[in-house]
Amino acid sequence: MNLFCVGLSHHTANVETRERFAGHAQSECILRDAGCTEVLLLATCNRVEVYGASEKRVSTEEVAHCLARKIEKDAHQYALPFYRYEGEKCIQHLFRVASGLDSMVVGESEILGQAKKAYESARQSGAVGPYMHRLFQRAFRVAKQVRTHTEITRGSVSVGSVAVDLAQRIFGQLDNCKVLVLGAGETSERTARALASRGVRDLRVSNRSNDRARELAERVGGQAVPFEKWPQQCRGVDILIASTSSEVPLLTPANLAPMLSDRADRPLFVIDIAVPRDVDPTVNEMEGVYLYDIDALRSVADQSLAMRRQQIASAEAIIAEHVADLLEKISGELNRASRMSGHPPVADSSLRV
Amino acid sequence: MDRNFLIVSTICFVAAVVHSGIELRAGLFRPMRFNFAAIGLGFVFQTAFLSIRGHALGRCPLTNLFEVFIFLAWSIALIYMVVGPAYRLSLMGAFTAPLVVLLQGFALIAPIDVHHPVKLPSNSWLEFHASVSLVAYGAFALACIAGVMYLVQERQLKTHQLHSIFYHLPPLADLFAVITRLLWWGFALYTIGLVSGFFVGRPLPYIQVVCAVGVWVLYALILQGRHLQHLAPKHVAALSIIGFSAALTLLWGITFTAQTTSLP
Repeated sequence: MNLFCVGLSHHTANVETRERFAGHAQSECILRDAGCTEVLLLATCNRVEVYGASEKRVSTEEVAHCLARKIEKDAHQYALPFYRYEGEKCIQHLFRVASGLDSMVVGESEILGQAKKAYESARQSGAVGPYMHRLFQRAFRVAKQVRTHTEITRGSVSVGSVAVDLAQRIFGQLDNCKVLVLGAGETSERTARALASRGVRDLRVSNRSNDRARELAERVGGQAVPFEKWPQQCRGVDILIASTSSEVPLLTPANLAPMLSDRADRPLFVIDIAVPRDVDPTVNEMEGVYLYDIDALRSVADQSLAMRRQQIASAEAIIAEHVADLLEKISGELNRASRMSGHPPVADSSLRV
Repeated sequence: MDRNFLIVSTICFVAAVVHSGIELRAGLFRPMRFNFAAIGLGFVFQTAFLSIRGHALGRCPLTNLFEVFIFLAWSIALIYMVVGPAYRLSLMGAFTAPLVVLLQGFALIAPIDVHHPVKLPSNSWLEFHASVSLVAYGAFALACIAGVMYLVQERQLKTHQLHSIFYHLPPLADLFAVITRLLWWGFALYTIGLVSGFFVGRPLPYIQVVCAVGVWVLYALILQGRHLQHLAPKHVAALSIIGFSAALTLLWGITFTAQTTSLP
């Protein structure tokens, strides 16, 4: 039995190429016709991969043809970015993919859900059998173990999610937090939406243009506040998102101090995503105020990413253990199949076209 | 014989410290099960020691500085086991265990396990006063630990330098709530201990009373400042550390003067 993976990903192909090979449900049927006894198609925005088990060797070109939405005259065009893993390397690759090690953002967990969905879809269509079942069930187990035993998913890696993460580190539950959004820009909307998705119910939006403030308030389920009244609103809020186009800082220690006078035991989290900045950086030195501007948020995101990368070795060790264990269990069958087909074993994970 | 239990107990706490250190260093900190088990086991051996010692003395084992330190370490472990899981403060064990190791290690190494030449008479008010006060010290110790955790977390948030530990520490709001509750519990127990001290049936050294009342006033001021929102959370956290340091110094002083005069 040949166990193989043929695919392309953000590592090997640009988005245009990936779109051409995005795959569709029928691909699995076509691949079965091509000689695969079991086949599973994993298609996400960052990768299109076919995992298959076959008695005879199915070439990369055959897989590519099945994946292409329309057969182009020059097959070389789409044959180039494909990689191929077989046997042990195929198992290792799937485990790395499921664990988020092969993702564009290391440690992202969305891929696990996508892999589960792909497996479920293939299972329902009857495209997967005992090999794929064993392989993918083990991959899900490995991914879970990697997430539990390493810090690979720790921290947020985008500006919006870092802001929300920090808010939770300050306030815990966000249900009772009051948020004021100054400025109706795209980034502030994204951040406000992210906060609302984590439980924030009291959202207020203030903008020089009252109409835009109302529009944004409607979109995020908040209420609009006249721009002249934002300093009064500031007294009651826990989180302030500033993203106006003001040329001078709106918030300085001098005008913030009176607002803080009656809230000694409540912290204030200020997210300044405006350029030029809306908040004087010395505000961060004030008691109970935590100011993060766009650079600070990016820096935290970078730190998280660096921390995740440090965990890759630990994750690889877990994966290696499972690869060896799974291989031991199915190696007899794979070796028999390899001997019968007469194909040389794949020695490394380098790309094969 | 009873000291063997204490040595085993200390080894359990050392294991918790070492485990925490290794995990933190590797950035893989999931201390809940191991730390809680190690501290729990250490607590069992502490209890065994205090029980054996109590039976041998025929009274609450608080007759010298050694026993006082062990009782205090026991109180800290007890409060941790109540508070830690309740508030999901898994990392608190990593801060609690070193404090217990320090107290027990010092008690085991220093020549402070001095036995009284004559059997001390039992005095239920005195024993109640001493034991309740020490459990209050345990609450103050945990408030101090939560205070350290708060300051570590606050510092990281202020400086924007978020280390691995940042993601394992509870939110600032939760830590502040824990500090406040522990301070209230400690204060209530300490007040009971202080008042019961006036019923021991003999005059207490003046300096001890003044210092004990001083600690009580310090904690009362912290709680009053917190209640009236005059103190920022960061200051409450810092004061809970200062308060426990003062209380610990006082405890030493009380036990030392008691030993040099006559009874504890």
